[in-house]
Amino acid sequence: MALIKNGTQVSDQWLVAADDTPVQADIPTIVSYKRFLAERDTLVRSRAELGVKLVPGDDVSAIAADLPRLQVVALDFPKFTDGRSYSTARLLRQRYGFQGEIRATGDVLRDQYLFMKRAGFDAFQVKDGAEAQGWIEAMGELSHYYQPAADGTNAVWAERHAIAAAE
Amino acid sequence: MSLKAITANRLIDGIAVWLTPAGRWSESVYDARVAEDADSLTAMEAIAADATKACTVVDALPIDVKLEDGLPVPTKNKERIRALGPTVRLDLGKQADRLGKAA
Amino acid sequence: MYRYDEFDETLVKERVAQFRGQIARRLNGELTEEEFKPLRLMNGLYLQIHAYMLRVAIPYGTFNAKQMRMLAHIGRKYDKDYGHFTTRQNIQFNWIKLEDTADILEDLATVEMHAIQTSGNCIRNTTADPYAGAAVDEFEDPRIWAEVIRQWSSFHPEFSFLPRKFKIAVTGAPNDRAAVRVHDIGLTIKKNAAGETGFEVMIGGGQGRSPFIAKTISEFVPRDNLLSYLEAILRVYNMLGRRDNKYKARIKILVHEVGIEEIRRLVEAEWENLKGETSVDLPAEERDRIAAYFRAPSFETLADTDTGYEARRFEDRDFRHWVRSNVVAHRQPGYAIVNISLKPTGGIPGDISGDQMDAVADIADAYALDSEIRATLQQNLVLPHVKLSDLPAVYDKLAAAGLATGNIGLAGDIIACPGLDYCNLANARAIPIAQQISDRFADLNRQYDIGNLEIKISGCINACGHHHVGHIGILGVDRKGEEHYQLTLGGRADDAAAIGEITGPGFSADGIIDAVDNVVETYLSLRQDPAERFIDTLERVGHTPFKENLYGPKAA
Ligand code: HEM
Ligand code: SF4
Repeated sequence: MALIKNGTQVSDQWLVAADDTPVQADIPTIVSYKRFLAERDTLVRSRAELGVKLVPGDDVSAIAADLPRLQVVALDFPKFTDGRSYSTARLLRQRYGFQGEIRATGDVLRDQYLFMKRAGFDAFQVKDGAEAQGWIEAMGELSHYYQPAADGTNAVWAERHAIAAAE
Repeated sequence: MSLKAITANRLIDGIAVWLTPAGRWSESVYDARVAEDADSLTAMEAIAADATKACTVVDALPIDVKLEDGLPVPTKNKERIRALGPTVRLDLGKQADRLGKAA
Repeated sequence: MYRYDEFDETLVKERVAQFRGQIARRLNGELTEEEFKPLRLMNGLYLQIHAYMLRVAIPYGTFNAKQMRMLAHIGRKYDKDYGHFTTRQNIQFNWIKLEDTADILEDLATVEMHAIQTSGNCIRNTTADPYAGAAVDEFEDPRIWAEVIRQWSSFHPEFSFLPRKFKIAVTGAPNDRAAVRVHDIGLTIKKNAAGETGFEVMIGGGQGRSPFIAKTISEFVPRDNLLSYLEAILRVYNMLGRRDNKYKARIKILVHEVGIEEIRRLVEAEWENLKGETSVDLPAEERDRIAAYFRAPSFETLADTDTGYEARRFEDRDFRHWVRSNVVAHRQPGYAIVNISLKPTGGIPGDISGDQMDAVADIADAYALDSEIRATLQQNLVLPHVKLSDLPAVYDKLAAAGLATGNIGLAGDIIACPGLDYCNLANARAIPIAQQISDRFADLNRQYDIGNLEIKISGCINACGHHHVGHIGILGVDRKGEEHYQLTLGGRADDAAAIGEITGPGFSADGIIDAVDNVVETYLSLRQDPAERFIDTLERVGHTPFKENLYGPKAA
């Protein structure tokens, strides 16, 4: 597994902990959503950097209040055709104002990067290989977007009228 | 078990093809290798799986055939149409390219 | 009609380049078929029985002579010199090679055409009233909004991997010619009490295995909030739609299982939130920019009628009949809407040869304002703005191309899906049934006597041939390896949309032709007068007399 962030492969500092692995203060740890809900009070008081991993169907609003305490939210794609995590990512960015890392895990493919980035993902856990290069290529495949989303890029209509106003 | 052949579509152009005794893919069902027992079908499926992995064909699957004048002919409607062409355009498909037996 | 600006042009070209790369990665094995399939589907490419099939979008059914010539060119160069118009304002080519597909899409892009999102579990080509901009009863052109939706839904970062496909239709007229009530979302433009323009929004309609008529989720969404409202619906569907079972994944099942009240509550709550979070709703200047493309063409000021046209109508019975069935009143005096039937007697519904495409393009150039052409939901074509004085010439040229069959809305105007002759999912053939029924009713006088009758045929329960909403619907099934056909009566796709009822036991391939004839004869014997349409007689007398005549008194 490799992690791509900002167009380069980076080393992954995060431990994705099984539900019965204790959280240690000096190890940045991603716990499951279920565990987070069950052990919330202890976890938020621990000194470890924390992340939570949601699978499709988990309700992101249940962790909304704790987002400022989290450095990472991992959203899983059990199959790349399951598009629910795109909605969750947009909710995190646009409704709950989450500023930390949103990481795509699971069946993460190059041809989905651009959708993911626009939905608010900024880290991609991918199979080993020439993935970072693929990421850079995929990001350049489209140069405009018809609709605004969670990545702050302007929609085409905003570009159109910015040009019109400038002329 | 009824007699079986293996059909697929060629990846690059989608054309319907059948696995031959030589392990190649023919555009004519009459060239198809016929499995009479489970063992030879298994062997054919292995060849088809390799060809799928090698990006030669897609959607390979076994079909029922019977022998007519010693040649394999599909028994199901859909597979017959695949082997010949659309019944509503006799000028198109294998039937037009003479890959089907003279109709 | 809408014209691409530099942004649209760039995006469509970039999309072609992207798909070219994906095809190359598929051919060199980097992508598996499982990974590639959703990508090719989102570019309109299916794998069918004989070869690949490419579905090209005709956005909201509007195109022009130049684009039609390009379709002819695609058919000639890359296919077998014909195309098939579908019921969803698309055209399909049946003999496409994967290795040619990027070149084809590149050719299409030169005339502002594409195959983007004509398949896949995403928001599909938005359909609209084929008479848009010409119909007498229209109060706003639905294509403005269909184009707004096209742009918003293209390459949508959140809604490209939905539980299942998603189809939106828009009409701007009270007489629904866009079948909005059998779409995932149906939009009808209306005005509220304050005189503001907005939409009645209906959701959860659809055909397929479990047909449903859409339910109204909102009586009125202001036009400038349309996109945020759609985004709210799509988000609720994306999150809650079933993904465990392909046959239960459409929004119609979600609406059915959860109830329209609960869905409405969820959507309205989502919408409230969304309004503060994103600027998805278009600013007025962008709406106006798009609307400007759909302003009325420059009509001439003409008299209500034309003497040459009237004379020909008086003298020539065939022309008169063609006018009666295929020509529709236009909102502009001196103009008409011309329907071109792609249902010649005994022909393949929706099929058109390369030469015929060129002929239609030539006729559009010569006689249709702005060279405009439309594709309809009935697998036919329309020239939306033709001068009455040009009708005789248009008719003669259509006739020379074999395109002047005067059967629009009649028994010969049959919808049929490709069925087992082309489609991998089919259980039975649909086209030969359509051909035989068409032959059975070949006598146009009999068709005129019967009047409006919509016969629709699907080769499997997916219902691409709309059989659920046919006055007479025919569904092909496989019974122990034999093609077998179920008959339904009473379906309709208009503003009184309804799903047809199965008459009883099905019929053999020969039997179904007789059965249709039998149903028609029952109607003729029961109608109050020739003005009472089949569908009205059926509604008045009920299904029993029809069943009795089909199966005998006991069985009914
Ligand atoms: C030949 C390749 C085609 C394939 C593989 C195909 C596949 C499907 C499938 C699987 C469905 C059912 C979807 C569902 O219920 O969830 C469907 C529905 C539909 N298709 Fe097709 N189709 C094909 C061709 C066509 C054609 C030629 C037309 C137009 C004549 C068409 C128009 C429609 C329409 C109108 C529906 C029903 C509306 C709805 O989605 O509920 N399709 N198609
Ligand atoms: S109704 Fe069935 S047979 Fe006909 S085109 Fe659709 S999927 Fe194919």
